[in-house]
Amino acid sequence: MSPPSIETRGLRKTYGRTVALDGLDLHVGEAEVFGLLGPNGAGKTTAVKLLLGLARATSGTGTVLGRPLGDREARRRIGYLPELFRYQPWLTAREVLALHCDLAGLPRDRWPAEIDRALSTVGLSARGTDRVTGFSKGMQQRLGLGVALLGDPALVVLDEPTSALDPVGREDVRSIVREAKARGTSVVLNSHLLGEVERLCDRVAIVHRGRLIASGGLSDLLGEPALRLRVTGIDGLADRILGAFGPVSADGEWLVIRPLPPERVPDVVAAVVAAGGRVHAVDPGRRSLEEAFLDLVRPTADGAA
Amino acid sequence: MTPRLVVAVTLLTIREIARRRVLLVLFGLSLFSVLLVGWGTDRLVSISREDGVGELQIQIGVSQVLILIAFMFSFILAMSAAFLAAPAIASDVESGTALAMLARPLRRSELVVGRWLGLAIIVIGYAGLSGLLAIGVVAFTTGHMPPQPLVAVGFLAFEAVIVMTLALALGTRLPSMAAGAITVVVFALAWFAGVLGGVASAFNATALTGATEALRILMPTDALWRGVVYGLEPPLVDLIVAGRFGNAVDANPFYATTPPPLQVVLWSVAWIGIVIGAGIWLFQRREL
Repeated sequence: MSPPSIETRGLRKTYGRTVALDGLDLHVGEAEVFGLLGPNGAGKTTAVKLLLGLARATSGTGTVLGRPLGDREARRRIGYLPELFRYQPWLTAREVLALHCDLAGLPRDRWPAEIDRALSTVGLSARGTDRVTGFSKGMQQRLGLGVALLGDPALVVLDEPTSALDPVGREDVRSIVREAKARGTSVVLNSHLLGEVERLCDRVAIVHRGRLIASGGLSDLLGEPALRLRVTGIDGLADRILGAFGPVSADGEWLVIRPLPPERVPDVVAAVVAAGGRVHAVDPGRRSLEEAFLDLVRPTADGAA
Repeated sequence: MTPRLVVAVTLLTIREIARRRVLLVLFGLSLFSVLLVGWGTDRLVSISREDGVGELQIQIGVSQVLILIAFMFSFILAMSAAFLAAPAIASDVESGTALAMLARPLRRSELVVGRWLGLAIIVIGYAGLSGLLAIGVVAFTTGHMPPQPLVAVGFLAFEAVIVMTLALALGTRLPSMAAGAITVVVFALAWFAGVLGGVASAFNATALTGATEALRILMPTDALWRGVVYGLEPPLVDLIVAGRFGNAVDANPFYATTPPPLQVVLWSVAWIGIVIGAGIWLFQRREL
């Protein structure tokens, strides 16, 4: 059985008296897309740096790809896009990728194919021989993604991978992450963009003020599915008709049945219509990740860095 | 340490300096300076001959001018080396370039040693070419060839490598501007300590001699500068000066009858190793 891609226990990092990370326990499985969420200054980037050996943990232990944190053999199989993505401006995109092929220890005969593949994946094939100095921020971030994907890594760590990208670029990143997962690559996605995380991640961890405040599958965090309805013509009967499907609550003009399995939505609408009611709007769904995130973070958000 | 990775960083460093046109600017300036030196010494010799100055005196005069030129060049070289080396790692860290590189299986020591090698090749190449060109132009225009041009240029390059090493090591921990500025100040202090040490020795001021000697050991550039002078000083000047001024000649930074002792040379080599080691140690403890 393969070891987990990432396993940490009680990872703690302090800078002087400032606690950047306080006892982080993480588990990222093989070929899993894992979202690391948190407000600014929560400790997400610190966690990533500890995982990659760019900073040293004050205490705690962990493994990445079955090796100790920062291990060189593990780093050979990790692709990383830093939040602060900067590449040598005097090099061309192809030269930056060649440098990282060299640093990653890829056999030289594989470089051309790897470089072509990376450029094509991130949509920079036509700019391969241009120097990075002429690249926009979005193009530099695309190049950084290409660098991270070189050599088919077992683990890809993407720190805010869409921060400089337009909507087309964001969609490209989603495709890239899905393809990486399909190839068996684990992906750690560190992002503020909860929509991205919600669409891509199998599991998420929410970090706040250096502490892990929630983690698990999206369904665990988002709670049970629900149905919001706007109906008229069943005054006084709403509780009886809708109550047969589950607990009912009011939210302004809306009535909410929670929990309600999605497959029962047509039955609810049919029951309202059969009772002479008129259905104006139906909104099947559950809490968005953003709502869940705010619920978790807000009570303690005052004074967050 | 993996040689392949060190070489990768070395080549990257050389390519960076070449691509940023630093080399082109340096060689352009050097060529201009060498042409100026050629023109100046040619005029000096022509005017002296017109005024009936003896050939021997002219040759001695040219030799001293060449030492002065070498002195100015050593300062420019030291400043160039400091300002090339100070940002070599500091700016990688400041800009974030280091993050992507060090997330690869690249040790921080390999980055430091690779950077040092690349810079050493540039500095030695630049000092060697420019130094020999200047000596060649002076020989062509005046007929004066110093006794040991290769020794002089070798010590000039050695001195610049020492300065470069200090700037690189400081840059592993400090911002590039601070690392460059501190290096230049230390270099200037060491030169000043050399002169002051000579004066102290001439007047038998042992406490001052000790203090200046300590500074010259901590930063061995002045001792190596004496090697440059030794390589350029014609034996005739030694004959004229010998015995006339006693210890006082030690205070003259433009006069040397002997090369730096072997211990000083060996210490300078060891110094480079120690300072690189300290730079690696500091860099390994730095949070990125």
